[in-house]
Amino acid sequence: MSQPVLQVKDLKTQFFTDDGVVQAVDGVSFDLNPGETLGIVGESGCGKSVTALSILRLVQEPGRIVNGQILFKGDDIVTMSDEEVREIRGKDIAMIFQDPLSSLNPVLTVGFQIEEAIEAHGKVPGKTALSRTVALLKQVRIPAAESRVHDYPHQFSGGMRQRAMIAMGLANSPSILIADEPTTALDVTVQAQILELLRDLNRDLKTAIILITHNMGVVASLCTRVLVMYAGRVVEQGPVEQIFKDPQHPYTWSLLQSIPRLDSDRHDRLLSIEGFPPDLIRPPRGCRFHPRCQFKIDRCLHDDPPLLNVGPDQDAACWVTMRRALASNGERRG
Amino acid sequence: MATAPGITEKYIEETLAHEQTSLWGDAWRRLRRNRLALVSTVFLTLLTLVAIIAQFWTPYSYYAQGLGPIYQSPTAQHWLGLDQSGRDILSRLMLGAQVSLKVGIGTQLVVIVVGVIVGLVAGFYRGFLDTIISTVINIFYGIPDLLVALTLVLLLGRSLAIIIFAIAFTQWMNMARLVRGQTLALREREFVEAARSGGAKASKIIFRHILPNALGPLIVQATIGIPMAILFEAFLSFLGLGVPPPTPSWGAMAADGFHAIRISPTSSWRRRSRSR
Repeated sequence: MSQPVLQVKDLKTQFFTDDGVVQAVDGVSFDLNPGETLGIVGESGCGKSVTALSILRLVQEPGRIVNGQILFKGDDIVTMSDEEVREIRGKDIAMIFQDPLSSLNPVLTVGFQIEEAIEAHGKVPGKTALSRTVALLKQVRIPAAESRVHDYPHQFSGGMRQRAMIAMGLANSPSILIADEPTTALDVTVQAQILELLRDLNRDLKTAIILITHNMGVVASLCTRVLVMYAGRVVEQGPVEQIFKDPQHPYTWSLLQSIPRLDSDRHDRLLSIEGFPPDLIRPPRGCRFHPRCQFKIDRCLHDDPPLLNVGPDQDAACWVTMRRALASNGERRG
Repeated sequence: MATAPGITEKYIEETLAHEQTSLWGDAWRRLRRNRLALVSTVFLTLLTLVAIIAQFWTPYSYYAQGLGPIYQSPTAQHWLGLDQSGRDILSRLMLGAQVSLKVGIGTQLVVIVVGVIVGLVAGFYRGFLDTIISTVINIFYGIPDLLVALTLVLLLGRSLAIIIFAIAFTQWMNMARLVRGQTLALREREFVEAARSGGAKASKIIFRHILPNALGPLIVQATIGIPMAILFEAFLSFLGLGVPPPTPSWGAMAADGFHAIRISPTSSWRRRSRSR
């Protein structure tokens, strides 16, 4: 397999608030291969977005990356100078956000903002920038791109705004596109269109995509690999088919159970996960998921399970799963 | 269904006609509805016109003395009469309008430049720099305006430029505080984060994304500042610390007329009422 384009190693990002230190991201590691689509899933407040922001070093005070490495093509983003990080932002790694309306500056035209994204990394003659902008808008399938270039964000529909944001992200042909809940603010039909667009762009441009979402359905339709996060940690990761077919962590299992299904008995109640994600200032002892876990054993209450290989290319952090895996594999894994 | 198309067409026509009003058309419609704003606009336009005309033409020279008996009441030649030195009051009033406008607009230009830069820096970079700037702003608020302005004029002398500078010195904090607040709010907006994630430089973020979005309140603040500066200048001139004579200023004219209010009420009430 080729060299990963992005390697995150033991990333810890913490927020130093008046109430205490919030351990928003606590030892997250993963690799991203060129052209891969990686989904990061989890409930609100489990550290997905902070992980994404950390990759571009966009975490604002009082947040700080306190540990770990983020290797982009071998260079550590964590220790780079501000100017070096600025050069990577938008050029090598681009990001699109949840709400396309508030992500666009209301007083500037859409075209102007895309041109600006192009010019943020080196001077480009005005005409070239404009024709490139029109080409980008066409690429994200905005009709009548030549005239819509001069429109303001409020003249665009929600889906078109997100397309414009994607165009802006693609302006410098980045090798990685981080999409932070790109479809959450859109209605279902538009969601499907945006996902299709991202899938096509991934196929045609070979841009690696990190998709951050709480929606398992979105992951299934776009991603090849999934990272499940809970309370600032990776609890399970693996190929998307494997995770959907045979989830090894109870949290992943619960997430999958809480997707409404067309083929289920309509009198069945939809399963939801009891309780709330834990307070990340004082996370629970032992496994962080144990207060909400239906399968917990004694060991879960005081021992923190490590992320271990539980199947082909699949890792999970759960004592119950590990015991089962050990039992079925004999003492070989020891 | 026979009548329906007609009604629909009429409806569409009306809707479209409404939507097609331009930005300026819409602004004009709103202005016309607000009587007070309309009257103010007319008055301000006249004032500006008078100031411009005064640049090229006044009925008499504003400094020529002894055009007739001092404190002369209005006549056909001198519509507003003559002052204590026998100068034509109408001519001086016209030129005084020019001084007032110069002071008002000049002060706000200085206030905008200083306030915007200081406010943007404090709001965008926060931290230690913001603490220092905010402390300085609070100290300036604590010192009486008049004291600052008087000291400056006394130290630096009397001239239009120094008066503009002195008034701006007492007013820049309002603008700085407003811009700082706007910047603090805007820097957290998602489009700023999006620009940052796209690799935009700090200067681009400040001048392309934050400042244009703060323009609305900024313009309002500057507009409020103009009459404040005009009043302050009149006040300084009334105390004899305004623009040096013989350049007329409404404040100084009111002061001159004030001395003569008992012996020549007709010439003084006019000046006083116009100095307001």
